[in-house]
Amino acid sequence: MSLPVTDQRLLTYVDALREAMAQEMRHDPSVFVFGLDVDDHKAIQGSTRGLLQEFGPERVFATPLSEDAMTGVAIGAAMAGMRPVHVHIRMDFLMLAMNQLINIASKSSYMYDGQVKVPMVVRSMIGKSWGQGAQHSQGLHAMFMHVPGLKVVAPSNAYDAKGTLIAAIRDDNPVIFVEHRLLYFTDAFVPEDPFVVPFGKARVCTQGDDITVVGVSNMLLECLRAHELLTDIGIQAEVIDPISLVPLDIDTIANSAERTGRLLVVDNAWTNCGASAEIVARVIERVQSGKPIQVKRMGYAPTTCPTTPVLEREFYPDPVKIARAAYALVRPEAAHWAPDPDRATLAYQVQFRGPF
Amino acid sequence: MSHFAAETLKDAGYEAAVVARIYRTLRLIRRAEEEIARIYPSDKIKSPVHLSIGQEAVSVGVCDVLRVDDVVAPTYRGHAAYLAKGGPLRGLFAELYGKATGVAGGKGGSMHLIDMSHYVLGASAVVGTTIPVAVGYALAVQRSKSDRVAVTFFGDGATEEGVFAESLNFASLHKLPVLFVCENNYYAIHSPIPRRWATNRLCERVATYGIPAQQVGDGGVLELRALADAAVARMRRGEGPSFIECRTYRWREHVGPSEDYDQGYRSRDDLHHWIKNDQVELIGRMVTDERRRHIDAEIEREIADAVQFAEASPFPTIDKLYSNVFAGN
Repeated sequence: MSLPVTDQRLLTYVDALREAMAQEMRHDPSVFVFGLDVDDHKAIQGSTRGLLQEFGPERVFATPLSEDAMTGVAIGAAMAGMRPVHVHIRMDFLMLAMNQLINIASKSSYMYDGQVKVPMVVRSMIGKSWGQGAQHSQGLHAMFMHVPGLKVVAPSNAYDAKGTLIAAIRDDNPVIFVEHRLLYFTDAFVPEDPFVVPFGKARVCTQGDDITVVGVSNMLLECLRAHELLTDIGIQAEVIDPISLVPLDIDTIANSAERTGRLLVVDNAWTNCGASAEIVARVIERVQSGKPIQVKRMGYAPTTCPTTPVLEREFYPDPVKIARAAYALVRPEAAHWAPDPDRATLAYQVQFRGPF
Repeated sequence: MSHFAAETLKDAGYEAAVVARIYRTLRLIRRAEEEIARIYPSDKIKSPVHLSIGQEAVSVGVCDVLRVDDVVAPTYRGHAAYLAKGGPLRGLFAELYGKATGVAGGKGGSMHLIDMSHYVLGASAVVGTTIPVAVGYALAVQRSKSDRVAVTFFGDGATEEGVFAESLNFASLHKLPVLFVCENNYYAIHSPIPRRWATNRLCERVATYGIPAQQVGDGGVLELRALADAAVARMRRGEGPSFIECRTYRWREHVGPSEDYDQGYRSRDDLHHWIKNDQVELIGRMVTDERRRHIDAEIEREIADAVQFAEASPFPTIDKLYSNVFAGN
């Protein structure tokens, strides 16, 4: 994908996260990292490895299983001028912190009329496969998008993981930082020096005239794989990564959709009241002139996530499903199409194998 | 409390100036809230009000031993803590009126008072939610190697929230300089403690976290002040959090300006006990008549000024609807 290539160092997503935190902790003594297991031998799948050794237990420490209070602690420390990074090894666990996030963190700047600010980052990881199941796999970013005062960012690659995490730590607002487990061992060219990927600027990953495809978080990778399948049959998909969901760069998406006349949004979440619904609605509201835009959303099946692979495969969008949906939008009158099975298998390939 | 003669007070280390100061703050809160209740039917106050009348001693007894740079986290019944910590009267009344000159620009109201210039952390309308925020503030204070302390006020209902137990545990684990003050007024809205607590051994529950926990049984401001003073001294020495349960009584309805003894859930007889124990009056008797008259007159002028200020202030301009959704804009 068309990421900036500023040096030739390949870095994995997980190492990009770790490097971003280490660099910001060196840069700013008010930054600290806490959460269950951030300082143990597994170090949140490696994303906090080495931080305890470099920065000590006052700035890198495990917490009790008290997500509600620990979120309040982050808020209070942030109000006092610190920059906490609160780590959750699964996004599902944020449900235990909703009161503090929704009733305090998001609203403090507004209801106290700017007397305090809450510069905190809530790192949370979405799981998938190997039986993650109902409560270890949820992409719940739309819940946070709904409430004013929270920023929501979902980097899909190592470059953005580093740049958006540094941006999130430096931001004066609470940022919900959405990671995906399957992305952790994907790599990209990532500059060694600290840099910021600004919020509110989407990236056009591939250019095309036939259809606009938006992929959120891990689904961006699946969309890029679908793009390869579509290329085989001459369909040019313009794949866009929104990177941040709040703020959302609707201009880039709407301009593309207006030009291609077709918009497919693939979210790593349910479609009902989800990010895909929001993106489609905003594009339609914005582009009211000329010919109508054909739209479609894809996401989790409207069920709880099952553990058995046979059912789980049906639960998620995948490159073949995405490619076929795009094909149906672009060539509605054409005959049934299925990607070449060998190519489809190739598109499924992921670098990582469990266990988690 | 009436047995506190002047000599007894002096023996206990209370100089006349301290007693006068405590009286002044108690009286200021009482009169400010009586004025709020008087104005309320005019509909000029654009905010639900949870009055502290009868409970002033809790805030005053604690805040009197704090420094300006110590931080307090009030509840939505927070006028008392806000004023006791030094929050400005004008900003309070203007906030209740929904005016641009209010402490939160008219966007927070009575339940979200804040004044960071006097280190009053923002109050919350969701019970118990500011307890961990105060703990987090204390964590930042500790990390900065300062001897400042944080105080969190909350009601008896908040002790039933999970976040209360979580906060106690974390504060004790890290020996944070935070004082937990439970204003036990016996009712969570209208539900009395026997319908909510399996046992009333609150201090025992807290003590199991390794936190010194003491109870003030009759809402006595001087007894509370002495306990708070000792707790704050321990916290400044880095010896960790303390807990004080202060029994008290809400004289007015849960929310609103009126009494509610005709509603059937509590008896006016209960009130009589607390009126006999009214700290504003009892401490007032320890102040010389001349000084008391002077203080009372000064308070009336301040309140009149604050009301006039609120009435004369403009409402916020419409564009303010969109300000500060995010920090810095």
